[in-house]
Amino acid sequence: MSARAYRALAIGAEIAVPVAILLAWQLWTATAADPKFPRLSTILVQFRELWLFSEFTTHVVPSLERVALGFGIAVVLGVGLGIPIGLSRWARLWAMPHIEYWRAMPPPALIPISIVLLHDIENKQKVAFIAFVCLFPILLNAVDGVRGIEPTLMETARSYGLGWGETVRRIVLPAALPQIFAGMRTSLSLAVIVMVLTEYWSSTSGVGYVLLISKDTLHFATMWAAILLIGLLGYLLNLLFLLFERRALAWHRGWRAATPQ
Amino acid sequence: MQWGIRPRAPAARAAVNGSMRYGPQGTASEPVVAVPAPAGEPTAVSARSALARAGVVLVAVTSILTALAFWELVSRTGLVAERDLPAMSSTLAELWSMMGTGHFWLAFAQTVRGWAIGLALATALAVPLGIALGSSELAARAFRVPIEFLRPIPSAALIPVLFLTLGTNLKSEIFLATFGAFWPLLVQTMYGVHDVDPIAIDTARSFAVPRHARLLRITLPSAVPYVMTGLRIASTVSLILAFTAELFMGTPGLGHELNYASAFGLTTRIYALALATGLLGVAIHYAMAALERRVLRWHPSQRAELP
Repeated sequence: MSARAYRALAIGAEIAVPVAILLAWQLWTATAADPKFPRLSTILVQFRELWLFSEFTTHVVPSLERVALGFGIAVVLGVGLGIPIGLSRWARLWAMPHIEYWRAMPPPALIPISIVLLHDIENKQKVAFIAFVCLFPILLNAVDGVRGIEPTLMETARSYGLGWGETVRRIVLPAALPQIFAGMRTSLSLAVIVMVLTEYWSSTSGVGYVLLISKDTLHFATMWAAILLIGLLGYLLNLLFLLFERRALAWHRGWRAATPQ
Repeated sequence: MQWGIRPRAPAARAAVNGSMRYGPQGTASEPVVAVPAPAGEPTAVSARSALARAGVVLVAVTSILTALAFWELVSRTGLVAERDLPAMSSTLAELWSMMGTGHFWLAFAQTVRGWAIGLALATALAVPLGIALGSSELAARAFRVPIEFLRPIPSAALIPVLFLTLGTNLKSEIFLATFGAFWPLLVQTMYGVHDVDPIAIDTARSFAVPRHARLLRITLPSAVPYVMTGLRIASTVSLILAFTAELFMGTPGLGHELNYASAFGLTTRIYALALATGLLGVAIHYAMAALERRVLRWHPSQRAELP
């Protein structure tokens, strides 16, 4: 097979397989006629009616707000704590047992605690819970990133008499940034998941709430539209973050491309 | 569900670990290279490193004890009302009394069962599929879009569907755990198979080593470190989702116990169960790390373990 024919085949397969899967879903749901599995076309119609844009502000905006706030707090705390912990051996020894414990804890186990502790099922509890869960991947990656800094860089900074603040700003933060971004990406997808979970557990608004109510009231098309929306949200947020990361770390990729690995 | 699926090259990790040994925090008391000391001849370095290790353990233990004492104080002094945050001592007492019942251990075993079956099924499905997709460029391209789209779908969104179809039983729990654990394993296996040294493959081909032997003796061994990393991530995900199924759908297990305690406002029990769940998570994490070390004893990434 010539290279060109192979390329055409690969592109064809890349388009044909997803289309075939969607078609199979549509055909299967049309013939099975199971109310729990509405046709793809029904779901899409419901999707447009709900999210574009009649229920957008009542349910999608609150969810996005919680994700954004929780994630933002986690980034600030994770980097703010991660850098000093990464720089000091004693701080690391002191903090690691706690970080290890909270990282290994299945996050849903903390939902009831967050409600008992904060007396709230609205934004305060949701944002606090999302922030707490998202904190640990960022924190761990920040610590790891700081620990991986080329020691010569630190020694050079010291011999040039750079102060602590200057060293962190000019050397530690840029050097740890690629790994901090890796942690942030993990946390972002985590944020969407735990947002759905807390809203599903108890709430009065949000995508997770719609999911719960539509299941309980047997509105299957709405339920599937919510599932589709959650999948899209996860996908789009990840995509947006990748674009942002590519811009923010453009200098890093350039450096990597210029340096033999 | 994606709890941190990111292909990680074990060798790259080793490089990071290696540089960390010479890191800015490296003090003279830290042995730079772990050279095994001759038996029966304790050198100054090994004596000092033993002392340093004791110090490390001491700091960790002190840190944990301080946190527990702080918890006790915050609750006892009323900084946080005791009905919101039961004292550490009462929570531990509650956990202790629960641990005296067969009921608790049954729930514990049910959660572990969900985790184990989910992880095993995901491994059985994802590793062969990952090998197939990783070794064929065409297959990888064909399934790229569905995988990229399905992977980030939070399994949490599937809870209502499972609730309606499979019901609130073990099947739902296993489906959820398998679904979640499947993706990191698939992606890691694909990358691992894809990342095999092309020179090794070409060498084998020029020696007329047959295809299945190349797969068995070159591709698979070089993919194992990736698969093990995937397994470690998948194990965490599987536990989280088994627990999630129990908490949200009422499948029997620790999550169901927590749901019950929460529904009846048994605050101390809520805290005790969360504590127990965290300890189970830590235990599984260390067990998988130990397994990885054992399986990959021959691999360079294991030669420089973190202190």
